[in-house]
Parts: sequence; structure tokens; C-alpha cells
Amino acid sequence: MSAVPPFVERVRSALGDERLHVALGRATEALRSRRASAFASLEDSDRVRDLARKAKLEVLADLASQLQRFEERLVANGVEVHWAETGEEANRLVLEIARRHGVKRIVKSKSMATEETHLNHALERAGMDVVETDLGEYIVQLNQDRPSHIILPIIHLTREDVGAVMHRRIQVPLSDDPRTLAGFARAKLREEFLRADMGITGANFGVVETGTICLVTNEGNGRMVTTLPRVHVAVMGIEKLVPTLEDLDLFLRLLARSATGQKITTYTTLLRGPRRPGDECGPEAMHVILLDNGRSRLLAGDDAEILGCIRCGACLNACPIYKSIGGHAYGDTYPGPVGAIVTPGLRGLHGWSELPAASTLCGACRDVCPVRLDIPRMLLGLRRETVRTEKTPLGLRLGLKAFGWIAPRPKLYRAAAAAARRLVRARAREGWVRRLPGLGGGWTQARDLRAPAATTFQEQWTHRQQTARATGSTPGASAGGAGGAGVRRQQAHKPEAASGAGLTPAERAGGPGGAAQHPPARRR
Amino acid sequence: MSDPVQLFHTCLVNEIGPEVGMAAVRLLERLGHPVGVPLDQTCCGQPAYNAGFHDEARSAARHMLRVLSATEGVIVIPSGSCADMLVHQYELLFRDEAEWREKAHAIAGRCRELSQLLAEEWPRMPAGARLRARVAYHPSCHLLRGLGVRDAPLELLRAVEGVTLAEVEDQEECCGFGGLFSVKQPEISGRMLERKLAAVAASGADRLVSCDLGCLMHLAGGLRRQGVGLAVQHLAELLDEALP
Repeated sequence: MSAVPPFVERVRSALGDERLHVALGRATEALRSRRASAFASLEDSDRVRDLARKAKLEVLADLASQLQRFEERLVANGVEVHWAETGEEANRLVLEIARRHGVKRIVKSKSMATEETHLNHALERAGMDVVETDLGEYIVQLNQDRPSHIILPIIHLTREDVGAVMHRRIQVPLSDDPRTLAGFARAKLREEFLRADMGITGANFGVVETGTICLVTNEGNGRMVTTLPRVHVAVMGIEKLVPTLEDLDLFLRLLARSATGQKITTYTTLLRGPRRPGDECGPEAMHVILLDNGRSRLLAGDDAEILGCIRCGACLNACPIYKSIGGHAYGDTYPGPVGAIVTPGLRGLHGWSELPAASTLCGACRDVCPVRLDIPRMLLGLRRETVRTEKTPLGLRLGLKAFGWIAPRPKLYRAAAAAARRLVRARAREGWVRRLPGLGGGWTQARDLRAPAATTFQEQWTHRQQTARATGSTPGASAGGAGGAGVRRQQAHKPEAASGAGLTPAERAGGPGGAAQHPPARRR
Repeated sequence: MSDPVQLFHTCLVNEIGPEVGMAAVRLLERLGHPVGVPLDQTCCGQPAYNAGFHDEARSAARHMLRVLSATEGVIVIPSGSCADMLVHQYELLFRDEAEWREKAHAIAGRCRELSQLLAEEWPRMPAGARLRARVAYHPSCHLLRGLGVRDAPLELLRAVEGVTLAEVEDQEECCGFGGLFSVKQPEISGRMLERKLAAVAASGADRLVSCDLGCLMHLAGGLRRQGVGLAVQHLAELLDEALP
């Protein structure tokens, strides 16, 4: 893979892409509203989510022995099981399997695990003919692009883009009609299914109890890939296990709703081994490759919870950052909030620490996660790790060190705050600052800064208490309208009602500090 | 006569928006609460915490816990974000220090975000809150999803005669402030701000109200940069203005 440009450049190029902005806005909004109505149809959805979370976390807590059981069941079902420590190893295993079976032509259904290992490149380099058969992934492959969403790989392309790519790469008539384009793809892919020697899939779930691989698709390509070619290879992350078929039912109810807003996907495929004597179809041989590629390390760390992710993409659609910058800006296989944890988790924090930093911790991801992953907590943990192990900007580091020293010293804290207030106020005009130097420049790049107050709340409060004492009234003791002189007097100090952020030009003229010059703001 | 309360006014209210603190004080006093302001309070430590500087955050948090532990009664906080820091994050911050974790737990149990307390006690408020305004309410993320307070601010706004609530598209989406995020990722933050302000503009509101001065500073700064003269207010200010 070529080197990934720095995060700041990836963000800038995404933000500068107006078509991307429109495409992302539309698609994520549609998915969000579909998800919301699909969940409305799920009875007791909170309980289903809790149960699913519990099942996932239990498997993860006991992963080694669960994997062992899973392997035993797979072998008993006639499946050959392989273990891959790294992505390269997984790719090598796939290639070995292909050569062993004399394979030349391969079809694939959508799989994040093989995106992660860059399997297509490895197979193509080895002279294999590989075709993606999920429509979105097919376009990605034709366009020599990368998916930018877990569920909608080409969320970043418009239908005009797709028509142009297909016209250029497979010489079909130029069109921007989705049905026409899908028809072209279907005809082309049908030939590929029939010619292929081997099918490669991922796995949405692996059921420990029965040694079943579960695939969830909408286009039916998953079935073609796993039944027509003579060899089937499933590449799955070691975290994809669920204990029983009953648990699988929980996850199926959650996955389609969270991902596409469907109650159930068009095809749910359960695979339990190769063709048996008497079966009418199915592959002669079935292989499962269990991929670690950093997952064990994640499992041992603070963020093991993220391995409970079922790759539904709901957190992407809910995330205002993803909506702003799209998937490519995250720089690796998994975008969005989940990617901000998985990518540093799998690849190491070095070089990826901007991902967990680029979040407002708004919690929208946690709210929609079907298994209630506490993504903000994990982002905070990775930020702490960044401070421990990575270089952080000197100004920020010194500033926050000083903060830590001053915060427990109220007098010093007040003095420092007063000095900062004076500095900023000196740059203000009409109560607002248009440009700040240094770190503050980040603020004024995107918005103005309201000038700090001339007198602090504590000063105003103290003044009020003193006045009240002098006049013998006790402001705190007065309920309601019977407020003593202290209360009324203070109301005269009250800034014009809407000056909280000082908005009309007239109000701004006084600046927040000058608000006391306004007449009392009793409006009835 | 109601129980005394302590006001944790927050840094932003102290330095940038003292009128929010004064409005909060007046509202609490109207409910009959004697208000105390512990003058040694500084900052809850959230900026350091969110940036990953946990030692520095703990240093601030220990101080705040000492100051607040020396007081009695409910601790009222006019900010969902700072309240979430005290209510949820302190215990995580001190997960390896039992003594401080217990202190944090005790303080967490005493904290109420201002709108939470006001909504509960509003029936006791002298009647007659009245204000003609079409309000776009922005639920701050830490209030909404951190503390889980969705309805209290809306109930309070509905309790004011003459206030109508404007419908804001994607109302619960983050405005892009995010503390230091706004400074470190100004481009993404700015894009989120633009989106939020466009939704507010489309709502036809004549005021934008929230329960966090951080979001309000960010939103007001964006409006000011765009040259849009829309009033921006903390909920406490609006209620204080509406009451007779």
C-alpha cells in the first residue's frame, strides 16, 4: 500500500469536496431515519441490546476456549481450519489454498476482514483473477478505489460517478439510472459466478455451538459465492463468535436494523461445511481462516470491548465527524467512531493517534450502538495513552501541565485567569475578538470569540453579598417576588436579556463587560 | 424555606458569562434556596481530562472534591458538560484510588445540573413566567447523552407562556464545540457549526437557547462571524427574563 497522507491533509481534502459533503449528508440521514423506524418495530429493543452485549462480552472474556470449541465443531463438520497471526499470513494461506485446489478465478462477497488484509492485491500479484461481487465493492474494485463505509462502500460516489466508472471499465453504455447500472453489473457478475473456481467470504458471525458461519447479505451474491465455486474460503476475525444459534437470533435482529434499517436482510446464509454426499449443491471443500491481526493485543488491553463490534455502521451514520469528513479521511479499513478505536488498536497508536483525538465525545455513537459499546470512554483512554507514549504539541503540553499546577491553587488560578482575560479583552472590539494568536488561532479560524467579562461572576456575586449585608437584607432568604433590596439592585446590573452572547449590534457596542450600562432588562 | 444549595458556577460562567451565574442565583433564590458559592472553586479539570492529561485532571479534580466536600447540600451546576465531569468522569478518573473514588462518588450524588433541579421544582416557582419568543433549543451532548437529560429543559421552556419551540433539523446533533477539539480541529468543528447554524436559521427561531456556555460561545461566535444577529442565551437567562 502507498503511504497514507497526514490526517490534516486527508481532512482538508474531504472538507473541500462539496459533492462528498452532499452525498454523505443524504446517505447518512436516510440510514439514520431508517434505523430509527426499524428499531421502533423491535419489541423490547433495550433488552435485546443488553442481552446481545452480554453474550458478546462473555464470549470475549473466554475467547481462547470458545475458539477452541468452534474449531472442533468446524473440523467435525468437515471444514479445514487455519489460523493467521497477521494479515500477510492470512493472504498467504488463501493463496496456498487456491494453489492446492488448482484455482485460477475467484469471486468474493463483501468482507471487511479481507479489506483489512488487502487480500485482493495479494491475489492479483500472484496472478489470480479476483472479482468482488457485492455491487458496491465491485464498483470500488473497478474504480481502484477504497470503501469509505462499512455497509455502503461507495457512499462517497454519486450515481453519475458509478455510471462513468462502469462505462470506462466494463464498456457498458453510459447511464446514471441505478436499475440499469445494477442490471449491467448483474449480467457481468453472473458470468463470473459461473466461471469461478473459488469463493471467498468473510463471516458476520461464527456460532460456537454448531460450528456455523453466518453471512448476511442483500444481493444474494453471498449465496452464489458460497455454493457455485468448488472451493469456499471464509476469512473471519477471531472476535466474530456468538455462543449459540439462539444468541445469533438476537444479533440478526439487531444487525439489519442498525445497518440498513431493515427488519431482516434479504439473505441470511448459515453454512455448516462443504457439500455432503447427496447434497445437490455446495463447494467440495470449505476452509475457515481465523484472523488475529492485532486482535489478541486489543483483547488484552483496556479497549477489549471494541471487539464486540458487529460492523453495522450505525455509529458512522450517527457521527457528525464522519458526516463531515467521510470514510477515506480515517485512512484505513475501518472508518468512523469504531475505526477511531479499531485502527489504533490493530495497527498501534503511533501514526494513528489523531483519530481518537478528532472527536467531540458527543456520544451519538454510543447511543446507537446495538451492543452499547462505550466508544467515548475508549476514545478518552486512547487519548491518555497518546499523552503517555506519543509526542504532543509542546504548547498544549506546557499549557495543561501549568493548568494542573494552578488548578488546586485558587488565588493563583484567579490571577492567571484575570491576566488571560485582560490579554484577550485587549484584542476585543465591540466585545468580540476576531483573531487570536497561537493555539487560540484555531478558535478564531472558524468563529469569533466573545470577549471575557470585565468583572467575573465571583466579583459580581461578592459585591452583591456585600451590598446585601450593608442594607441588612439576605438575598438567599428571599423567595419569589419578595426579593430584598439586594436582589432588585442586582437586577439593575443584569445585562440586556439576550446579551448572553451579545447579539444585536447595539448590545455588542457595550460589550459584555459594559452590559451594566444597559437599563434594567425587565421585559414583560 | 428550601434547603441551601451550592453553586458550582464553572470557569466559563465566571470568566465569560457571569450573567448566567447571576440568573441562576436569582432563579434558585426565587425557589427559596439560600445559595452558597464556594469561592475557592476553580475548574473541574475537563479540558485536561479530555485531552488525555489525566494527572493534571486529577490535580484539578482533587481540589474541587476538597472544596465541595467542605460544603453541604445539593451542588447546582449550570452546565451539562461540567456536571457530567463531576457525576460520571471523576469516578473513572479515580478508579485506582479508593479514597478519592469514594469522595467522588459522594459528590456525584449531590450534583444536579441546573435545568434538572429547576424542572423538578418548577411547580413551586411563582407563577407568571411570560416571554414572547420562538426558541431553538440546542441540547448539549453531555447534558443529553452524558447525563441523560432530554426533557427537563424543554419542559421549562414550555412552562413559559408565550414561548414557542422551533423545530430544528437534527436537533440532537453535536454543534462541533467539543472543548479543545474546537481549537485543535477548527476545520471539522467549523463544518459542524455551519451545519448546526443552517438548521437553526431554517427553524425560524428568534433565539437560540442551550444549557452549556461552551456550546453557546461556539454558536454565538459562529453567528457573529456570519454576521447573523440571532439572540443566543443560556436557559437560565431566558427563565430569569421571563419571570415577573
